[in-house]
Amino acid sequence: MAFDKMELGDIEVWDGNFAAAQALRQSQVDVVAAYPITPSTPIVEGYAKFLADGYVEGEFVMVESEHAAMSGCIGASAAGGRVATATSSQGFALMVETLYQASGMRLPIVLNVVNRALAAPLNVNGDHSDMYLGRDSGWIQFDAYSPQEAYDLNFIAFRVSEDHDVRLPAMVHQDGFMTSHTAQGVKTMSDDTAYGFVGDFKPMNDMLDFEHPVTHGVQTEEDWHFEHKARQHNDLMTKVFPKVQAAFDDFEKLTGRKYNIVESYDMDDADVTVLCMGTSVETAREVAKEMRAKGIKAGVIGIRVFRPFPFEQLKAALKGVKAIATLDRSSPNGTPGALFNEIAGALYNTDDRALLSGYIYGLGGRDLTKAQLVDLYTELQANVDAGKVTTQLQQFIGVRGPKLAFL
Amino acid sequence: MSEIKKVKNLKEFSTSADRFEGANLLCPGCAHSIIVREVLNATNDDLVLSASTGCLEVCTAVYPYTSWDASWIHIGFENGSTAVAGAEAMYKALGNKGRLKQPDRNPKFVSFAGDGASYDIGFQWISGCFERGHNMMHVVLDNEVYANTGGQRSSSTPIGSSATTSPAGRVSYGEKKNKKDMMAIMAAHGSPYVAQVSPNKWKNMVKAIQHGMEVEGPVFINAVSACTTEWKFAPEDTMAIQDLATDTLVFPLYEIIDGTELNITYRPKNVIPVEEYLAAQGRFKHLFKDQYKYLIKEWQERVDAKWDYLQKREEARV
Repeated sequence: MAFDKMELGDIEVWDGNFAAAQALRQSQVDVVAAYPITPSTPIVEGYAKFLADGYVEGEFVMVESEHAAMSGCIGASAAGGRVATATSSQGFALMVETLYQASGMRLPIVLNVVNRALAAPLNVNGDHSDMYLGRDSGWIQFDAYSPQEAYDLNFIAFRVSEDHDVRLPAMVHQDGFMTSHTAQGVKTMSDDTAYGFVGDFKPMNDMLDFEHPVTHGVQTEEDWHFEHKARQHNDLMTKVFPKVQAAFDDFEKLTGRKYNIVESYDMDDADVTVLCMGTSVETAREVAKEMRAKGIKAGVIGIRVFRPFPFEQLKAALKGVKAIATLDRSSPNGTPGALFNEIAGALYNTDDRALLSGYIYGLGGRDLTKAQLVDLYTELQANVDAGKVTTQLQQFIGVRGPKLAFL
Repeated sequence: MSEIKKVKNLKEFSTSADRFEGANLLCPGCAHSIIVREVLNATNDDLVLSASTGCLEVCTAVYPYTSWDASWIHIGFENGSTAVAGAEAMYKALGNKGRLKQPDRNPKFVSFAGDGASYDIGFQWISGCFERGHNMMHVVLDNEVYANTGGQRSSSTPIGSSATTSPAGRVSYGEKKNKKDMMAIMAAHGSPYVAQVSPNKWKNMVKAIQHGMEVEGPVFINAVSACTTEWKFAPEDTMAIQDLATDTLVFPLYEIIDGTELNITYRPKNVIPVEEYLAAQGRFKHLFKDQYKYLIKEWQERVDAKWDYLQKREEARV
């Protein structure tokens, strides 16, 4: 090994970006092809600095656009090695064409997405518009709510994505600024422990194996295209969750930190629950506890794996709940909201369909306050008491001007 | 450094190491396959190839078949160059880490793309690859038109050519803009080697490809590719059209070393009038109407001026 190991404290004070950069270093990523964009830039800057300081060995290819970044990652991955990059927002949008190509070509690339709003109007702050833009792209999508989770989930992502039964790229999401630029205590693994968990990269159909030439990225028309797409979907639906669960189990044994495909907090006897992603999960957990002190049986569901969508796990987690609020941090632009639609789909054929209402919040980095969540839980309890949804199905919260509600 | 392949005669050259199979869906008479074989057969080294979306790509890797007996990748229309650059970066990384499966090999990284995928939609990606200095070769299959989508103009389409989006008509002579000078643009990137080649001049072409494969850094090759379908000539006339392209000096063969040193690599013994090149192709048919004949004269003047410029550059050694 021509690089040095880095001595880390058991707990380091890292923001989400630096935590992700450290995970890329400890995973010994072979090629990073990247283009800077706020707020994800420090992740790839971190890899570049580790390279410059001799703490990792690989190639950092600083390209001329995010489209080229993912294109370079695709070429590097097909060549046969560990590949990762990072982006946000407009950069993610520019990458979209290549995201479908990476997943369709079954290349295990890890993309850190530091969630940020999509223009127009231009905005650098965190919401989930870019994450939602990627939801049909055939990638696995993990969601981190804190720097610790951004660190941990990168290792999980490499392990699942590179599994030969999976061979699908994976995104690790974290909230722009709220996670990416907020320093917190992060429990670390030693370089050896972390790399041991991820393991050596095992190439498959690698272009650099000249004894076995391969053709990547073929043409298929109506005769074969459907079968390829169906197989990819099948593998997302049937192969990913068992591997994710196995990786979560191993990770817990190694670190004591437990992850679940669907995270449930105070859900054992919950009547009312908030279902959300990102940093909002932690805020909702605090408020749920306060609501319980007031006698409202409040719980929180956090989605850890957004794609494949944990349909069955959510059905189980929401069993017995009387009222649910889905919180979508993305402008739905003409529909109730992605989480609202997904949860409605998951619960429609169940016997105990909860009262479902959707909330749009936090666009462009607007804070979600505890007071808003108190009001929200209070509304849910009112729905339970009335036996029906007492508000309109879709409400905007935290936006100035007259109250916005639809449906 | 690997040994340069010795190429003795056309028969031996055309039958050696076929890593691009004749089993493909390209039009009969398409020059693309001839160019690709001349590039591949110029070396015995291993290859990592890409094709950007276009005629070559859609005709050679239709699942479950492939015409490629070498590592090959296609991603999209604009990013074939970057696909190869990414693979080249991985080759370096794994080499440094001692993880190459066959560390004794000396692979060549080559991206193929049409003029649309090079001059237009893929321009930024190629520029990025060249600026970063990847050790790769980008080969343009320059047929001066979006042939795969049915003949739309690109920025390589020359003045007076009738394309479906710049059609000749009752009041138009077709394309109004002159062809983009990609050779100059790529030389200005500081590329160690830039060359214009034509498959009819195969010895010249092999020399250029072999030179390009031996130098370190990004190499740009603009290969003239006569398109029977869009240039509108009989498929059996491909080589005759290529001969006209080089011997009228419409496509002068030259190289630029290290961004500055220009050498003309082929001087026709008898320079043929440009009119003959234009007359042989349906895409220029309308230029022979009385109202547009002045354009043929302008064509000749433009070709003469370019040849004059190239000779002056060659003499000046700058």
